[in-house]
Amino acid sequence: MALTLDDVRRIAHLARIDIDADEAAAVHAKLGTIFAMIDELNAVDTEGVAPMSHAQDMAMPLRDDAVTESDHHALYQAQAPAVEDGLYLVPRVIE
Amino acid sequence: MNARWEVVIGLETHAQLSTAAKIFSGASTAFGAAPNTQAAAVDIALPGVLPVLNRGAVERAIRFGLAVGGTIAPSSVFARKNYFYPDLPKGYQISQYEIPVVQGGTVTITTPAGEKTVRLTRAHLEEDAGKSLHEDFHGMTGIDLNRAGTPLLEIVSEPDLRSAEEAVAYARTLHALVRWIGICDGNMQEGSFRCDANVSVRPAGSTTLGTRAEIKNLNSFRFLERAIQFEVRRQVELIEDGGKVVQETRLYDPDRDETRSMRSKEDAQDYRYFPDPDLPPLVIDAAWIARVKASMPELPAAKKARFESQYALASADAAHVSASPELAAYYESAVAALPAGIANGPKLVANWMQGELAASLHRADLDIAQSPVGAAALGGLIARIADQTISGKLAKDVFDAMWAGEGDADAIIAARGLRQISDTGAIDALIDGVLAANPAIVAEFHAGKEKAFNALVGKVMAASKGKANPAQVNAALRSKL
Repeated sequence: MALTLDDVRRIAHLARIDIDADEAAAVHAKLGTIFAMIDELNAVDTEGVAPMSHAQDMAMPLRDDAVTESDHHALYQAQAPAVEDGLYLVPRVIE
Repeated sequence: MNARWEVVIGLETHAQLSTAAKIFSGASTAFGAAPNTQAAAVDIALPGVLPVLNRGAVERAIRFGLAVGGTIAPSSVFARKNYFYPDLPKGYQISQYEIPVVQGGTVTITTPAGEKTVRLTRAHLEEDAGKSLHEDFHGMTGIDLNRAGTPLLEIVSEPDLRSAEEAVAYARTLHALVRWIGICDGNMQEGSFRCDANVSVRPAGSTTLGTRAEIKNLNSFRFLERAIQFEVRRQVELIEDGGKVVQETRLYDPDRDETRSMRSKEDAQDYRYFPDPDLPPLVIDAAWIARVKASMPELPAAKKARFESQYALASADAAHVSASPELAAYYESAVAALPAGIANGPKLVANWMQGELAASLHRADLDIAQSPVGAAALGGLIARIADQTISGKLAKDVFDAMWAGEGDADAIIAARGLRQISDTGAIDALIDGVLAANPAIVAEFHAGKEKAFNALVGKVMAASKGKANPAQVNAALRSKL
């Protein structure tokens, strides 16, 4: 599967990463080698093998449904750039 | 809606699960707390924290899967849905994508046209986002992350619905079901139950699907109905004018009663899902499913069917008195309070629950659990109607007195002297008095006017202050004339 320079720009935009033309070309080349490796993996016959979704062969640990956390918002908000009435303030989002 | 077009609708419903804690953290889910006081480190995505899944959320998903006859996946996978928005601190929502926890299942709805089975595609677990407040904070937006991480079950239907009315019937049925099985409080004002509608139209008879628009965040049945009706009109007019429907997300504006395109999310559709490396597969074994199954209540459809057969109720009566667990419990307690051998007792209880009781509850803005007239008390009143101690008409006065807290039916009947007059001598005396006082009406009757007979019955009943047994009055009057 070939990755185009446009794909690289689109992925960068979706991930909100600002890259210039030189960087895009460099990233294109690097991602190309990763896709080449994926192609190699795709060549392996996995017929009849259940897909694996996680690198560790373990089941999900679960927690009981109980409230165990207390309010620390003052501590968390001490590092926020702008706070008012307990709310985090962010640049205006227009819908 | 014109007959040349067929409407195709599928719904995605978000039911907020009624857990005490969030889906991946130990923060409380209680509604209405001060901003950010229920947002733990995991919810606000501090570096280095890890999500741990809440067993209670999984349990509720299993309950839902069993209730709709779906398959509970023995192993399901959580995935990251990537997008940027300030109320989503991680930059992704943890959801399920390729392998959801519940697969398939059906919901049966009742419409004026009859019963219809709606297929479900899936139901999956996910976390809610926080809340953005756009009121003016010096030109900025305020973020409250209390809701971030609240567990949701997203229930996806197949595109089996063919009208706004069917969509509403489906949403109402689903709403009743999630409350019935105790997995969601169903509070729509607080956003605990909200729908997205995928709407498309196609020429009648066509089997290919038209291009759909998705209407987001409909949090009332009325808005759901009106948004779909508007959207169908919009699409039909667009196509008939030679235009094309564009696949997009739209918002319903209740003030203007229209849907509008949400252009800002143009490139947000590419969510780049991938399995969340923080979370191994969710494994649910048969023993867990069996334990949940054993704790399930009798489901709405089964209860309604049982009421029809056990109490000989018509379908509509059975549907009404089994509409919620509270109504059903009230009904069965009232029937149990009836003495044995009253053949039409169960039917009378259903009538009274839909009549006087429903009207009084509605006037007082109370629900059945708050009724001043309890189930046993209503059963006691109906027993006195069935054994003809009082007439149905006077029973309404007795009911009002019971509602006002004057005691049980027997006490009120005794205190007010309402006991029905069934003594033949007393009734004969009343009739003789009426006949003697109304020779003109008697003459009319003998001249062939049947209406005159009813007038005489009315006068006898009035003379008895409503207490004479109407059937006996009829018979005795007939023979005397």
